[in-house]
This record gives sequence, structure tokens and C-alpha cells, in this order.
Amino acid sequence: MTTPLPDFALALPEIVLLAGACALLIFDLFARGERREGSVRFAGLVLLATAAATLFVLLGTGGALAYTFNGLYVADVMALLLKLGATLAVALALAYSRRYLHDRGLLKGELLALLLFALLGMMVMMSANSLLTLYLGLELLSLCLYSLVALNRDSPVSTEAAMKYFVLGALASGLLLYGMSMIYGATGTLTITEVARQVANLQANSAQHGFLVFGVVFLIAGLAFKLGVVPFHMWIPDVYQGAPTAVTLVIGTAPKLAAFAMAVRLLVNGLLDLAADWQQMLVILSVLSMAIGNITAIAQTNVKRMLAYSTIAHMGFMLLGLLSGVVGGNWLNAAEAYAAAMFYTVVYVLMSLGAFGMLVHLSGKGFECERLEDLKGLNRRSPWQAFIMLLLMFSLAGVPPTAGFYAKLSVLSATVAAGQIWLAVVAVLLSLVGAFYYLRVVKLMYFDDPAETAPALEGERDARVLLSANGLALLVIGIVPQPLMGLCFVAIKSL
Amino acid sequence: MFETAVFYAFAAILLVAGACVVTARNPVHAAMFLVLAFFTASGIWLLLRAEFLAIALLLVYVGAVMVLFLFVVMMLDINIERLREGFWKNLPLAVVVGGIMMAEMAAVLAGRYFGVAPRPLARAADYSNTKELGRLIYTDYAYAFEIAAAILLVAIVAAIALTLRGRKDSRRQDPAAQVRVRRSERVRLVSMPADKE
Amino acid sequence: MNVTALLDTLLAFSESKLGPLWGPATYELVTSAVFIVLIVAPLMLCVAYLTLWERKLIGWMQIRIGPNRVGPLGLLQPIADGVKLLFKEVILPTNANKALYILAPMLGIMPALAAWAVVPFAPEVVLADINAGLLYVIALTSFGVYGVIIAGWASNSKYAFLGAMRSAAQMVSYELGMGFALVVVLMVSGSLNLSDIVNAQGRGLFASKGLHFLSWNWLPLAPMLLVYFISGVAETNRAPFDVVEGESEIVAGHMIEYSGMTFALFFLAEYANMILISTLTAVMFFGGWQAPIDSALFNLLPPFGWLLAKVFVIVSLFLWIRATFPRYRYDQIMRLGWKIFIPLTLVWIVFVGAWMQTPWNIWK
Repeated sequence: MTTPLPDFALALPEIVLLAGACALLIFDLFARGERREGSVRFAGLVLLATAAATLFVLLGTGGALAYTFNGLYVADVMALLLKLGATLAVALALAYSRRYLHDRGLLKGELLALLLFALLGMMVMMSANSLLTLYLGLELLSLCLYSLVALNRDSPVSTEAAMKYFVLGALASGLLLYGMSMIYGATGTLTITEVARQVANLQANSAQHGFLVFGVVFLIAGLAFKLGVVPFHMWIPDVYQGAPTAVTLVIGTAPKLAAFAMAVRLLVNGLLDLAADWQQMLVILSVLSMAIGNITAIAQTNVKRMLAYSTIAHMGFMLLGLLSGVVGGNWLNAAEAYAAAMFYTVVYVLMSLGAFGMLVHLSGKGFECERLEDLKGLNRRSPWQAFIMLLLMFSLAGVPPTAGFYAKLSVLSATVAAGQIWLAVVAVLLSLVGAFYYLRVVKLMYFDDPAETAPALEGERDARVLLSANGLALLVIGIVPQPLMGLCFVAIKSL
Repeated sequence: MFETAVFYAFAAILLVAGACVVTARNPVHAAMFLVLAFFTASGIWLLLRAEFLAIALLLVYVGAVMVLFLFVVMMLDINIERLREGFWKNLPLAVVVGGIMMAEMAAVLAGRYFGVAPRPLARAADYSNTKELGRLIYTDYAYAFEIAAAILLVAIVAAIALTLRGRKDSRRQDPAAQVRVRRSERVRLVSMPADKE
Repeated sequence: MNVTALLDTLLAFSESKLGPLWGPATYELVTSAVFIVLIVAPLMLCVAYLTLWERKLIGWMQIRIGPNRVGPLGLLQPIADGVKLLFKEVILPTNANKALYILAPMLGIMPALAAWAVVPFAPEVVLADINAGLLYVIALTSFGVYGVIIAGWASNSKYAFLGAMRSAAQMVSYELGMGFALVVVLMVSGSLNLSDIVNAQGRGLFASKGLHFLSWNWLPLAPMLLVYFISGVAETNRAPFDVVEGESEIVAGHMIEYSGMTFALFFLAEYANMILISTLTAVMFFGGWQAPIDSALFNLLPPFGWLLAKVFVIVSLFLWIRATFPRYRYDQIMRLGWKIFIPLTLVWIVFVGAWMQTPWNIWK
């Protein structure tokens, strides 16, 4: 009895990455030298090969929907584009933080391997077409992130953050699994496309329907934890602040793409017919997140913590896009709304990369740039870097003509198109509140004097060039958003 | 009939062992009751003719996990009285949670909401569910299986990265150097004249 | 011999007396019990005489005579030892954990005896011919550690506890190497059933020419045989891996507080385990009950006799090793297990797996 071989070529990115990560573990064993230049270069090569493999698959399938591994794996444009984005984000994070990690003795082979495995977990989630693989990918990602946070073992803050992250993360995984088991019980399948078929055939008010909604509540709770939206946001500030900034840079960026993919796979691919139920839950999460995120951020003196609350607010805003897809049972506008949410996530990841990257860049040997005072008078010390930071802050606040503005605009227009005018108004008001603390950073950089004790800036050149490109990219996307928006649209259409 | 009797006997032992795990005052006793519980559970699985799962449960949990668990429990100096302080305080909550879980299980098992699958047909005597499980894992679920393997690898890497720290003051030996050593480096033959008193 | 007919008569008898519901069940229980006794009683005798053989053999190796006072040639020595141990007092240390202290020796000997259920003594002669026999054996040999660590902890003694800690780490480590070595055997045999594993060794190029011993697993899987046997020595806590007892440092490890019959149980378990590991080595790697060469002369000895002969040689190897090698240091034992055996077995699994995919696969 022989079984036909699955189509391995579709999973080429994952295969390349897994092989590369394992090879890195062995390579690092024989690598010499404190700076681990060889290993870092090797990791860079693996990331490059992964990106190339992703492109190869994208060109090979031509954007057609393709399943393999007995329906456990799906390759569509959204998955492939998000994989490219995540690979880029991890590569940038690595480039920004190399010196920072080395100064703190954290640049070890294990860190690089864990980074690659985390990326693998994200990719698995993005391509999951089964509740099983979705969960496994999530665990792979989370396990890597927990240990990355704890990697700086001599710091009690990091250890505490890792512990909190781990315990709450395990709880969230439990909730998610419980939800999944309910869905499995009601539909009798783990394959997401099959779940969608079963749900479509279901009569309303049947017993299974009740169980499905019950399961969805738990799914949303697990999802909300991974996205970090209120009321499942407690871990975000502590972890963002406690982890070494370079690790925060990783946690705050690429995993958001994976979380977005997970939300789309579960809610849109699998449970679109229950949209009326989960959209209401998302409304609550979204409004609460924007309110608590933006208002609490004002009170923070630590930049990392402030950006953590800003993440909560931004993820709440992104949910606005997801919840305005289906209106009264028809999904004519759904593609626009989901594309807007995807655009928002991608732009947010870019902004977050820049902002945390700048903090990493400004930190020196034995000096952590993480309090608001540390940014005082940055313009005096380095006008160009201050300008890039200004761009990042404007974009986060949503000031035109940056990308952040266009992202907010597209999500809001989707919300308005869905007839949720009051939601749009609330979102705009809360964004205005949020603008305050971003602009405070700008004020500190441009109008205050630098502290006497501010150490000299020692960031290396290649990171500075990449950071500048990152900041300017936000400006460019803000002025010409159509290409990226078009890509997001194609991605959502491909589902 | 005989199997039913065995099942009830095993189930009773399992429940008692499970209760003792929670109530035993001594953590080592609790661990041993847990071993008993695993053992009985695997017996019940054997009754269901799931021999691979039953033995894997023994092999993995009883043979390895619980040994390490005992290892740790024995090393710890646990103050049992202090651990038990919260018992009565947390009992009401635990009862409520347990009750809800019982109700849910009952709902599931009642089979009104979930279609409980009809009993599977008895298999031929030479049917090996080890083989069948292996076939499924390596064909239909190969992808998930590989990811699970990656997760385990990450767990190893992370555990080592978090705990292994080369201590500067610990003396360690280099077996390669020990093997390479020559006699001339260690022993010096000195010819001494044999003196008389 | 008409054993089957006899059993059928018994079944009919029990059914007529106890009814169709309880009859067969009772019959199963009774016959199983009888068979268990039939296996365990000779085993215990073997254990007793193994101790004598050990003392004799090591004596000869060290140019001594060995026990020769009790009975002709000292042949009654084990009986005398047994009687002595039976009549000694079982001492309970004051602060020992009583229940576990008594339970530990039983936990020690239980797996050593239970594993025999799936061992094939001759074609079709096996108590429980189950599909997952190999797994069952691996699982049971991994339980042996409980007796040791529970004894060490329950004795409430420093030395005993040290011994328990050492054995927990050592036995868990060597189980991995052992398990992986058996995975290779499983791969080439294509079955978890021990009888099938023996039969699979009777096929092949050399076996078809009558040279069975060249088709046995020991030749193509020689590294695994080495790993399995050495891990077996470590698993039974025998010299040179007997740091668990370590007479010169922790006196007798986990057994330090035990006396009389409780002590004897540990002793029985150790020797029964030795015989078990030897039998398993014979079954997995040396063709079990098969004669080495298919000829009338070699077939004079019945299959069971061949198995016995093989086991005897391998057990003697255990004793020879004990007489020859000095004790390993604890960290050296762990290094051997983790850094040499496990990588070796992993590489060999991949190697054999690749081999089996080539046209030169000899296990078709």
C-alpha cells in the first residue's frame, strides 16, 4: 500500500528554513569568534534563501490556491506575501540589533536558531489549513518567544517578564485549544476549509450552532491574547518592557503578521458564516483596546512601555477592519475591509520595526535607551536620526502624509462603508488622544536640551542606513499607497 | 462480561489513585499514586485494544517522566503544611469548576449535541494499531508530525540555552586530551643505583 | 505431546462447571497462573545457580577455587544462601517510610519477572504472543529504576539516597540508547513481535545456504549489538557501571538498609534482569532459538536448548566483564551514554534506513 507523495514544492519556504535553522545549530557549534560573525551571516543567508523560496513558490503557483500535505497546508497569495513580510521583518530586526546583542553577550547561536524557528512557526501559522497545524505553528512561535525573552538570565526583570509571558501564554493556548475542540466537536473536522463547508450547511438555532458560538468565544479569547488586545493585553507592557529591547523588537513586529494570518484563517476562512456572532465580540475588543491602550500610554515614562500600550491601541484599530467585512449577511465589501486590515498590520509592523529599531540603535554599551528623557534633545545630537524618529512617530500617530495616516484612513472608510459610523467616530477621537504621546516624543527630541549625561551615539552605519530606509519607506508608502494596497487586495482576493 | 468486570475494577483503582494523588500528604506518595494511575489507565486502554498507546503511555510517562519527577520531588524540601494552607480556601472554586466540567462531559457523553460515533467494528486478530498509527502519522499527518518534531527541537535548544552556563571555577576534564596523552608525558623512568644500607 | 488437547479439555470442564459466562474467564486466569509459575520457578532456580556460577567463574579467573564446601563441588551453596537470607530478620529503620520501604523491593523484581511474558522460548512457545512485544519489553525494563529510587528514598539514609539519585540518572540515560538500538532491530524485522523478530533472522542469503548464524542481526547491526549490550550492563547496574552500589564509596547504595528477604529480592531482581537482558540479546541479535547451522548434527539440540546455550554464553560475558574492568566514574558513565551511544544509534538508524531503500537491502 503506497500513498502518493505530497507536493513538497509548495512548502519550499518552510523546508528551506527548517533545514537552514538545523544547519545553523551545527554550524554555530564549530564557529569561532566572539562576535559570531559567521553565524550571523549564515542566519542572514538562510533568511535570504527562505525569501527566495517564497518568491519561487509565488511565481510557480501564479497566485493560484493550492493545498498539499493532505489538506493541512495551504499556499495562497496572502500566506506567501505575509511570509515575505515576516522574513523581511526578522532580517531587519537582526540587522538592527546585532551590536546591541553583542554588547550584552546575548549574540549566541541559540538566539539566532530560536529566531529562525520563531519565523518557521509564523510561516506554519500563515499557511495553516487545519486547526492542528495552526496550533502547532502557534506553539512553535510562542515557545521560541518565551525563551528569547528569558535569554538574558542575569536580569530579574527579563526573567519575570518571561515567566508572565509563559504562564499567560499557556493559558491562552488552553483557551484556544478548548475553542478548537468545540469547533471540532460541532463539525467533526479539523480542516479549516471543511469546517467552513460544514458551518455553511448548518441550520441556525441547531444545537451544533450553539456549540460553535461557544467555541468561537474561546477562539476569540485565544486570538485576542496573541494579538494583545484588551482584556487579554496584560502581558504586553510587562513583556515589552522586561525583554531586552532587541527581543522586544522581534516580538513586536513579525508575530503580528502571524497573528493577523491566524485571525483570517480562523474567522474568515473557517467561520465566515458566523461573522454576525464574532464581529460583535470584536467590536468590544476593539473599542476597549483603543481606549485603554491610548489613554494608559499617556501616563508612561518608559518608551518601551509606552510603545507597548500603543501596540494594544493599534491592534484594536486593526480589528476595526476585520469586523466591518460582513454587513447583514452580505460580504460585498469584505475584501476591501480585510485588505485594509492587512495593510494596517503591514504598515504597523514597519512602524514598530522602525521605532524599536531606533531604541536599539540609540542604546549603547551599558546604556539602555528606554526612558522618555533618554530621547531629550536628540535633534541636537543627531539631526538625521531625530528626523527618522519624527517620521516614525508621525506615522504611528497617523499624521498625513505618512503611511500610518493612509492605513487609518482605509480602515476607517471600511468601517464607515459597513455603516458603523459611531465606531469610526470613536476610533478617530481615541486616535487624537493617542497623537498626544507620540507628539510628546517629538517635542522632547526637538525642543528640549539633551541631558548632561547622555552618552555618545555609537550605532554602526549599516543599521543606520537600514533604519533610514525604514523611516523613509513609511513616507513613500504614505504618498503612494496604491502598490502595497493593491498587493493586500490581491492577497485577500486569493483566499 | 469478564472485560466489563475488569474495566470496572481498573476504573475504580484509577479513581482511587487519582484521588490519592491530590490528597496524599507526602509528595513522594502522591507521585507513586500518579504512577499507579498511569498504570491503570494504560490497562484500560489495553482493554480497548489500543496497545500502542497503552504501552507508549507507560514507556514515556511511567518509565521516564515520572522517574525524573520523583527525582525532583525527592530532592525538594517541601513544606507540606504550607502547601496545604490554601486548600479549604480554594475548595469552593475548585468544586464549581469541577462541577462545570462534569456537566460538560455529561452533555458530551449524552450524545445529544455531538453525534457520538457508533462503536467501531472489531478488528481482525492480526490487526496492529501500531502499524496503523505509524501509517497515518507518516502519510496524512506527516506535516503536523514534522512541526511537532521542530517544537521538540526548540524545546531542547531553549532548555539548554537557558540553563547551561559554563562555570569558570568548575574543573572539567577533556577526554580527548586524556586519550592523546603519551606515556612519556606522565612517567619518567629514573635509573637509580641500587644502594645497600 | 498433546498440550493443546489437554487445554481444550480443561476449557470444556471449566465451562461446564462455571457456565459460559465465567467459565472461559476462570480458565484463562488459571492457565495463565500455571504458565507463569512454569516460567518463574525455573527462572528462580537459574538465578540461584547464576550466583554460584558467578562466584566460581570469577574465582577461576582470579586463580581461586570459589565456593566448594556446601555439597559436592559447592553445588548446594545457593540453597544455603537462600535459607540463610530467609531466616534473617527484616530490619525496618526507625525513620524509614514503612510502606514504600517494603514496596521498593517488590517494585524492583516485578518488571524483571513480568518481561518474560513475551519472550519466545521456542517456535510458538510464548506466554503472550502480543503484537507490541518489543515495546512491552522496553517499557518494562524502564520500570526497574523505581525499585532503586524508592528504596533509596524510603530508607532515609544518605548513602541510599545518593545511590538512588545516581541510578535514576543512569538508568534513564541508558534506556534511550537501548531503545534506539532496538528501533534499528525493529526496522530490519518489520515487526514488534519478538517471535517475528527471531523468524526474520532466519531469512536471508546466508540462511538460504544453511548458514543461519551469518544472517542473524549481530553481523549487519554489530554497532547496535555493542550499544545494546553495554547499555544492558549499565541498565542492570552491573560492574563496571555499578556506581549505584559503589561498595567503596556509598557502601551498597540503595540496598544499604535492607536485610533478609527484602535484600534478597533486590539480589534476585538484579540477576533475573541479567538473564533477561541476555535472553533479549540472544533473541534480538543472535537468532533466538535458531541453530547456527542448518544441519542434522546441529538440530540434535532442540530449539529451546539453543536459546539456553546462547543465554548462558552471554550471561557469562556479564561475569567476565565484571571480573575484568574497574568501575567507571559517574561522569564518565553519563558521557558514554549521552555523547557516544545516543549519537551513534541515531546515525545508525539513518544509515540503516538509507540502506533499506537501496537495491542492496538485505532484509527484504
